Order: sequence, then C-alpha cells, then structure tokens
Amino acid sequence: MSDHMILRVVGKFLIPYIMLFGLYVQFHGDFGPGGGFQAGVIFASAFVIHTLLFGVRATQKIAPEWVLRLVASAGVLLYAGVGVASLMLGANFLDYDVLGAYPVAGQHLGIILVEAGVGLTVASVIMLMFFTFAARGEPEGESP
Amino acid sequence: MLEQLIDIFLLAFLAIISIAIVRIRNVFTAVMLFGIYSLVSASLFMILDAADVAFTEAAVGAGISTILMLATLSLVGRDREKPLVKKKISFLPLVIVLVTGATLVYGIVDLPPFGAADNPVHTHVAPRYIFQSMSEIDVPNLVTAVLASYRGFDTLGEVVVIFTAGIGVLLLIGGRRRKEENADE
Repeated sequence: MSDHMILRVVGKFLIPYIMLFGLYVQFHGDFGPGGGFQAGVIFASAFVIHTLLFGVRATQKIAPEWVLRLVASAGVLLYAGVGVASLMLGANFLDYDVLGAYPVAGQHLGIILVEAGVGLTVASVIMLMFFTFAARGEPEGESP
Repeated sequence: MLEQLIDIFLLAFLAIISIAIVRIRNVFTAVMLFGIYSLVSASLFMILDAADVAFTEAAVGAGISTILMLATLSLVGRDREKPLVKKKISFLPLVIVLVTGATLVYGIVDLPPFGAADNPVHTHVAPRYIFQSMSEIDVPNLVTAVLASYRGFDTLGEVVVIFTAGIGVLLLIGGRRRKEENADE
C-alpha cells in the first residue's frame, strides 16, 4: 500500500487522533463507555495503520518487539501488583478500599491502576500478534 | 414499535450474513462478511443499551479480528477458495440440528419474561451494584465499577488469558527466521 499517496497522507494525519481517542477511552472509562480493553485495542490499531502504510520494519523501529513483550508482562504485573499491595495493607486480594486515605479514594486509585494494566497488556499483545503475522509475510533478506 | 422493527431488521440481517458466510466460497469475501456480522452484532448490543459491550464488539470483533484474519490470508493467498464439497444430502445431521433447535425453542417457554424487573437475574447482586456502587465505589459508569472492582479477580483472569494468547502466538509462529538461519548453518 506504500505507493498510495492519498492513503499515506490521510493515514498519517489520522494516527495521532486515533491514539488520542484511545487515551480518552482509557481515562474516561470511569464516566462513560470504555475502559482498558477497548482503549488497548484502539491504541494498537493506530500502530496497525502505521504498519499497513509504511511496512512492518518501520513500525517495529518505533515499537520494538522486546519493548512490547516487557510492556505486556508489566501490565499483568501491575494488575496483580495492585492485588498484592492490598494484601500487604491487610485487606483481601484486589480490595482497593485500603489503598487510599478513605475507601472511595482507594477505589478510584485501584480502578485507574488496574485499567492501566489492562490497557497496557491488551495494546501490546495485539501489536505483538499483528507484527508476528505481518513479519512472516514480508519478503526475507530486506532487514538491514 | 420502531425499536422492534429495527430488532427484526438487524436479526434478519445477521441470519442472511451467516447463510452467506456458509455458502460463499471466496475466503476473502467470507472474512469481510465476518466483520460486517460483528458490526451488526454491535448495533444489536447498542439497542440493548449495552454500550460497553457494543464498543468491545466493534473494536475487537469488527476491527482487530478482521485485521488478523486478513493478515493470515495475505500469508496463505487471498483468493484461495474453500474446496467444493460434494453435494451429498445426508439427513441425520439435519434431524439432529432440528431436534436440538426445537428443544432450545421449547426451553424458551420456561424463561422469565424478557426485561421484567422481578427476574431472578435482577434480584441477586444487581440491586447492590445499582444502589450502592455510587457510595462504595463512586464511579458513574456501573460497568467499570463491576468490571474493575466488584469483579476485579475475574478481570485479572481475562487479562492473563489475553497475555497467554499473545505468548501462544509468539511461540507458534514468532521467531521463525532465527530457526531458518540455524538450519542454513
């Protein structure tokens, strides 16, 4: 698709807005529809568009595979870590009441952290999967 | 009345698309039809006021699944066609499907009426979520309160499932180049 000028220009123009919308869905999930799962998918789709326009090698320079693997694991660890933190503070696993100065503040903090963990894992796992598929289709020997 | 018309229209559309997916032989067309199917399902969820589910269905079902299927097709050849199956009519599967379907339809009779306020599903934990989540969690989106706090452990499981799926893909088809280079040596 790399020689389609109109697609390239329009796609490049759209990518930042898709990322911004992903962040909006992530952090507005407490108030409206959305949350970590949807936000992760939307954020990853920005990278999918970049791959379709410029090829998988160009995108992997921005988001190398080892970084994505780290981020995917970090998301799960962040989620489980919130649970362990609440255990350490003397409550049940994933009981956020004890995380803040008063229960509702703890709930807010816990939900934001947990949703961040979900978003990080979903976005990076989807990018990893797509890159793996896309890199197999690339002709060999092109890598620098 | 209008809502029922839209329901019937969308459900008929779903049925038509699924029959088309079964009958069509070009795989590329089938993948695009799967995407449309997900989008129509998302509209149905939207009519049921399940905005979060509709959002997920549109993003994952219509978006990412279609992209991954297309990526697979680009590897195996996009114009590949499903092999033409010999048309031999066998009645046993048809009878099994009809009997199962009739049993399911018969089972609907015993279900409580759709949307009634005193259904069992609305009298168990739902009142607590609806009436106390604002004082306990203070998050306006009830779905987020249930998903991230009341059912936080389930959601942790879902994230681990997604993580495991990613590991599975990487183990199955990732890192192929290294092996081939090793084989060349």
